[in-house]
Amino acid sequence: MATLTVVNEVQENESLHPLPWRRMVWVTWRQHRAALVGVAAFLGVLAIYVWLAGLHLHQVYGAAIACHPVGSAACRGLVNSFNGTGGFISNGLALQVVPVLVGAFVGAPMLAREMENGTFRYAWTQGFGRWRWAFAKVVGLAGVVTAASAAIGVLFTWYYQPYYAAVNDRMSLTDLSLFAPGLFDLREVTLAAWTLVAFAIGALAGMLIRRVVPAIIATLAAYAGLAFAAGGYLREHYVAPIVTTRLDVFAPAWILSREWTKAGRSVSQSFLSQVLQGGGANLAGKGGVPQAIASWRYLVQHGYTQWTTYQPTNRFWPFQVIEGSWLLVLSVLLMTVTVWLVRRRLD
Amino acid sequence: MNVIETIDLEKRYGDTWALRECTLSIPSGHVVALVGPNGAGKTTLLNLAVGLAAPSAGQVTVLSGLSPGSPAALDGVAFVAQDVPLYKNLSALDMLHLTRNLNRRVDTVYAEARLVELGVPLKRKAGRLSGGQQAQLALTLALARHPRLLLLDEPMAMLDPVARHDFMATVMTAVADEGMSVVLSSHVLAELERVADYLVLISRGCVQVAQDVDELLANHRVMSGPSTHVDLFDDTSVVHGRRGETQSHLLVRTGATFQAPPGWVAHPVGLEELVLAYMRESGQTAQLAPVGKRDGATPEVAKWPR
Repeated sequence: MATLTVVNEVQENESLHPLPWRRMVWVTWRQHRAALVGVAAFLGVLAIYVWLAGLHLHQVYGAAIACHPVGSAACRGLVNSFNGTGGFISNGLALQVVPVLVGAFVGAPMLAREMENGTFRYAWTQGFGRWRWAFAKVVGLAGVVTAASAAIGVLFTWYYQPYYAAVNDRMSLTDLSLFAPGLFDLREVTLAAWTLVAFAIGALAGMLIRRVVPAIIATLAAYAGLAFAAGGYLREHYVAPIVTTRLDVFAPAWILSREWTKAGRSVSQSFLSQVLQGGGANLAGKGGVPQAIASWRYLVQHGYTQWTTYQPTNRFWPFQVIEGSWLLVLSVLLMTVTVWLVRRRLD
Repeated sequence: MNVIETIDLEKRYGDTWALRECTLSIPSGHVVALVGPNGAGKTTLLNLAVGLAAPSAGQVTVLSGLSPGSPAALDGVAFVAQDVPLYKNLSALDMLHLTRNLNRRVDTVYAEARLVELGVPLKRKAGRLSGGQQAQLALTLALARHPRLLLLDEPMAMLDPVARHDFMATVMTAVADEGMSVVLSSHVLAELERVADYLVLISRGCVQVAQDVDELLANHRVMSGPSTHVDLFDDTSVVHGRRGETQSHLLVRTGATFQAPPGWVAHPVGLEELVLAYMRESGQTAQLAPVGKRDGATPEVAKWPR
């Protein structure tokens, strides 16, 4: 018969030293390894795909850039070849799945599963203490998913590099704005920050809703809402945009709007089209000047003024830092509330 | 030393009372049966004692004044919740390793030996163990922590008779070896009657009885006598009565000097009968006698129904 070995009576009092944090490493890994391995496997496959696609893209791009003489049939073929490369990840929307996945499958179930299965009644009555248990899990998992997403963000950045070069526009190569929605948030800083906030939203939703599937749905909804709000409305206001009458403002800068005026009055696009039809041959691109610029010059010569509202390229990193910062603050807030909810006793 | 002590403890969920004006002290060194009808507040009391819930009013302490949920209390109190929540996808060994990481001291040698002895497959996922094995696993994890107080909420609800017997044998062995205090809740007293030496009866959120079982049995008698003479008994001493046409049977609280009145016969009372009598009279229990004091204080007494 197994018997309990007699323990030396430990003098117990309120000033017990807390158990070391490292104990939670194994606990967190063992309980969440399925989700972590699943996410890691997905990210691994994605990384290999993006890496292979990126090698090809960079190679095609290099060939198109190096081609002489520009405009020859062979070079046009190479340009078209680059412009046709990219597939489903070319606009970045498909890669938005990274934070979504982490929020839904790592963040949301973390506490919701404990609540749904009743296992919180085991976990919260062990010697480690409930708020420290929650804190260790939240911080540990947040660190892991943030680091992983930052790493894959580096890969994404490398992949999209050819699209951001300033020469693309002149050479009729596809160019993308550094600020394009769906691309701006895939960079090292922003992807990590968005992944962190998705995880934090998931964790809080799980604690509030206490059921896995509804928590996942709520996480997706809240994350999508936040991402659309940030990309569609918030981001362009981080720093007041520049308004200029220059005509040479193109991607990778972020063009927010172009408007035409004449004698201080706004002119509609359809009216401008009529004006341009009168321009005839002047509008064909000459000497490699893109057609749009030729048209704009024609309009300017006829007394029209173009007002371009934009965020210049050199604001890219400040914008990354601004977005990363407020997302970090928001994440810390959400995670603090989550741990506080665990600490507060259930009713 | 009191393992659980409450003063005017109240717990309200919305506008429903789960516990109200609950004053109780359970001395250490007992196997306590916490009984009462479903919904009486047993689980609420245990959740409060283990820090999973917070009181709406009043206070509760464990192990001589520790606040439930405090580090020292978590260290000394082990709890097996109702329906034995285990991580279904973890094996018994994983659960043991988990418990070891989450606690100051866990006797893994004991736990493994006991699980092997009970035939619990160590590598099988907890979700695939039988109900009895799951209960034994949860109990073993709790015992391996060497708690000074073990709280078990309806531990045997899911078990068949053999598993119940094995479960209680484990508890009693641990009590004998360790001298730990145990509180077991159940709405079926029969499960606990053989092992418990202290009874706490809760109904409708109030403590009705809290006393050493031997004292309780020594201080109650079933009186049988003519129905025409039931008024020989003081209203306040009659817990419950069954009055027949000619014969009546009364459960009476008796003192040390009690003598049966002429024409009446006193029988000893069984614990189950006594508990049932108190449960039936729960509605009339207004005033609690001081409970838990070891001075032979009387439990509260219900009125003889007229």
